[in-house]
Amino acid sequence: MMRRTQTSGPGSTIALSRRRPGSRGVEPFIFNTFNTIFMIILVIVTLYPFLNTIVVSFNAGNDTIRGGLYLWPRQFTLQNYKAVFASGTIYDAFLISVARTVISTLLNIFLTTMLAYTLSRREYVFRKPITTIFVLTMYFNAGLIPGYFLMKDLNLINSFLVYVLPSMVSAFNLIVIRTYIYTIPESLVESARIDGAGDFKIFWRVILPLCKPVLATIALFVAVGAWNSWFDAFLYTSSKQELSTLQYELMKLLSSSMNANSNPAVSNGVGMEHATQVTPISIRAAITVVASIPILVVYPFMQKYFVVGLNVGSVKE
Amino acid sequence: MEEIAIGAKPVNPVDPKKKRSNKRLTWATVKEQRQLIYMSVPLLAYIVLFAYVPIWGWSMAFQDYKPARSFDEQTWVGFKHFKFLFTDDNFMRVLRNTLAMSMINLILGFVTAIILALLLNEIKKLFWKRTVQTISYLPHFLSWIIVTGIVATSLASDGIINDVLLKLHLIDKPILWLSEGKYFWGVVGASHVWKEVGWNTIIYLAAMASIDPALYEAADIDGANRYQKMWNITLPGIKPTIIILLIMSIGHILEAGFEVQYLLGNGLVVDWSETIDIFVLKYGIAQGNYSLATAGGIFKTVVSITMLLLANWTAKRLGEERLL
Repeated sequence: MMRRTQTSGPGSTIALSRRRPGSRGVEPFIFNTFNTIFMIILVIVTLYPFLNTIVVSFNAGNDTIRGGLYLWPRQFTLQNYKAVFASGTIYDAFLISVARTVISTLLNIFLTTMLAYTLSRREYVFRKPITTIFVLTMYFNAGLIPGYFLMKDLNLINSFLVYVLPSMVSAFNLIVIRTYIYTIPESLVESARIDGAGDFKIFWRVILPLCKPVLATIALFVAVGAWNSWFDAFLYTSSKQELSTLQYELMKLLSSSMNANSNPAVSNGVGMEHATQVTPISIRAAITVVASIPILVVYPFMQKYFVVGLNVGSVKE
Repeated sequence: MEEIAIGAKPVNPVDPKKKRSNKRLTWATVKEQRQLIYMSVPLLAYIVLFAYVPIWGWSMAFQDYKPARSFDEQTWVGFKHFKFLFTDDNFMRVLRNTLAMSMINLILGFVTAIILALLLNEIKKLFWKRTVQTISYLPHFLSWIIVTGIVATSLASDGIINDVLLKLHLIDKPILWLSEGKYFWGVVGASHVWKEVGWNTIIYLAAMASIDPALYEAADIDGANRYQKMWNITLPGIKPTIIILLIMSIGHILEAGFEVQYLLGNGLVVDWSETIDIFVLKYGIAQGNYSLATAGGIFKTVVSITMLLLANWTAKRLGEERLL
């Protein structure tokens, strides 16, 4: 899509307009200057809070309280990170977060694509009813309380499975992947069938490998969703510390440090032994950095695929 | 480029009618398609369990639900809880907050995303354009926990916002942004814009890229300037996209969100920060008043679906693109 901007789009009108004397002059210059300044401000407003958080995370806690810390640490230290990982709680939460993200993503990709394949087979007898039943779930849900009771009845409270099971297949991703499968030539499926392959084999050997580009997008969305979610930990596993996730730990820390903003001596059990140098604010900054790193690492690689998912979302079904 | 062409029509021109109608539900078909059935029917059972079975729980809203009792031992009370909701000041305030914050997010979100897309579209240097885009998408991928943490830090009395305002002499003393109710809706709206504006432009930029360049060339020959082209070609060109997105958002009018308000809210601003979702959580999970909380949840779902259908119907009447 971005490449298309290059070749068609308004960009191609430049060549034409340059030849026209009327389009040169003061007005485009003012506009372009204003536009560039605006974009620079946008970039600063977006990036500064991160940079500042990173700076705070590398600065000695008791020095940060003095304020006036902007783009460079004043008293560089790794103490905040040491305190974060020394506490054990955060380390475990990190592992739980990684586990749920990896398992959710793999399961979701596999199951959603498998279902999408069956629903892309035009001859399949249950195609229509199954599609309708899944698509309807995009427009409503039973709500928090009935959902909570379901998890309770299924014995999923305080179980790792509650992170994975409720979100194994999603209707939106299903439609995106199915639309993609439609673009794969039917002859590939037919020739595999002539060679004696069953539907599962066709899905596994033909469809799944060909879907890689769209699956990269979906995997990113699912993984980011799983990595970022805290509400399920808050609701379903909050009484079991071993199952806490990184985001939930961060949330607990955030709410306690927001209440304790004026009183840096209040500690949260994390880094008690470093109380002289480490404050809730500096710990929070360090955990924020730890919680964003996986996303910042994956992000540049996935960026070129974003447009895919969003565009299909607007296709009328 | 192939991987991008998802929205395209199927490559193989199969006549859909012919393909669809020749299979009827018979034992022979079931046997022939058993692999497709193995691959899909368990997932059908899964979605029925996780999405449809809980709807049964809506019955709680019409009972004085007590967890210890079985279904036939519950007392049925009809619309008592719904009546209570609509006479309850607390719920009315929560509803007001939800509607206000949704409307602010909706309008602010649309306007800022469209303006940013128009401005990005005017950047001719591709590298610069991509750099700005890459940076502006970034916050979308961070959790609300991280974003609200950043927002709270920036808005603190010694935070960067107060710092800048003080240095520009716009204010004399730091403003306590998160301690005063009158700022709360604005803070939530601004946080949404910060997190999502770049992401929301993707779809408009894609729509702009698919506008026929001949239109711009024709406008150039007619001597149109930049603003005339924006107003008469680009904006009408993305109108279908805007309308589809609007319909989708209107369906979520009672989903002002939960996370931002929950994470940024505090005792001082509670009258402005609580939304229906927080109300449901508070009454349901924290206080155990399951019936009332379920009634609140049902109200939200019913309004959402009604609004979605209404918006869709209006779009159809106006002869525009529609969702359903």
